[in-house]
Amino acid sequence: MSHRDSPVTEDELHVYVDGELPADRLAAVEAWLASHPEDAVRIANWRAQAEAIRARYSGLAKEPIPERLALDRITRRGHVWTAVAAAAAVVAFFAGGLTGWVARGSSIPPPTAFELFTTDALQAHKLYIGEVRHPVEVPGIERAHLVQWLSKRLNAQLRAPNLEQIGLKLVGGRLLPGPTGPAAFFMYEGPSGDRFTLYCGTTSAVQSAMRYHSIEQTGSIYWVDRDLAYVLSGPADREQLLKVAQAAYDQIEVRTPPVAEKM
Amino acid sequence: MSSFRQGIEAAIPALRRYSRALTRDAETADDLVQDTLVRALRSEHLFYGGDVRSWLYTILTNLNRNRLRSLARRPILQSIEDNDAPNSAGPEAGGRDIERALAQLVDEQRTALLLVVLEGLSYREVAEVQGVPIGTVMSRLSRARAQIKDYLDGARPALRRVK
Repeated sequence: MSHRDSPVTEDELHVYVDGELPADRLAAVEAWLASHPEDAVRIANWRAQAEAIRARYSGLAKEPIPERLALDRITRRGHVWTAVAAAAAVVAFFAGGLTGWVARGSSIPPPTAFELFTTDALQAHKLYIGEVRHPVEVPGIERAHLVQWLSKRLNAQLRAPNLEQIGLKLVGGRLLPGPTGPAAFFMYEGPSGDRFTLYCGTTSAVQSAMRYHSIEQTGSIYWVDRDLAYVLSGPADREQLLKVAQAAYDQIEVRTPPVAEKM
Repeated sequence: MSSFRQGIEAAIPALRRYSRALTRDAETADDLVQDTLVRALRSEHLFYGGDVRSWLYTILTNLNRNRLRSLARRPILQSIEDNDAPNSAGPEAGGRDIERALAQLVDEQRTALLLVVLEGLSYREVAEVQGVPIGTVMSRLSRARAQIKDYLDGARPALRRVK
């Protein structure tokens, strides 16, 4: 902040016009403008611009909201769990397996993508985190190879998120049979030996927000992004799991720039 | 309705206003708002509190930036035509001028200016939306204002004749 008597800067002129000038600079700025007419003209200009912009556009905020922007409509259209979308998604997953459901004329609704992936991921999680000698097939130190191998099998560009910032190191990964075809499975471990797994399978379900599910001591978070379904599993602590899931999501989404793989 | 959804719904008029000023085209503007709302509603679990409005401005600003990058050509810059700007100071004429003046700004400058004067965000809030330091916001603001001033000055033939 400028000292009370220091010269007026151009930055302060902007701050003045935008109404954020601290009170103790007001006198100095006004005195300056009185003795510097060319600056006074500039400020008047900036104010006129702001007025013109508001005159031109502020009316938009007073218009009734068009139907296409009604939240109910948007949610319904984007919702992946409507009956039609779920059925269509399951048909795509099971190219063949679903005929069992249809043939028997089952009145039980077919499983959703969320149910399929979460069940499979939790089963794998519980099975493999207990393994001491063979928890994974390819160890984390061969990260690049692991990702390349699984990407090839899933025919999708995968990433093994780097979770070291939250204290989890990559134990490694393996390939699993999944409901829609091969699934990728990454295991992470914290300093006290707690294990988290990230399961990933291809899907045609639409992008979804994260969904939490827990069964006894294990919890999972499921989401879909760009044709890949993810399930992050770990101890049934919703807040903690959400934190890990967001870290994984950030790394995968590359909202943070990718860390070059050091191999 | 959850307070999260309520917060989003309450922001829709402001988002429409900001979007229209940013894109200049009514259809594109509402497309952008719709995309913003879809993303916001799906990302509730990724929103960890703070100001919903600022967060929505950030999403919309980024979507617009992506949109511009994927356009085959940059937006057409309006050239100043000698016989174009009317001498009269009617409200219609003024509206066209400011719209064209905004259109010829670089995206980041236009965004900064609109967020401050149209949406009333503080410099700090703009810095967060744009993901840059406050100093950068101020220099964008400064350049935007200088460029608009030059454009509007040049658009008034009377002034040129005086020179």
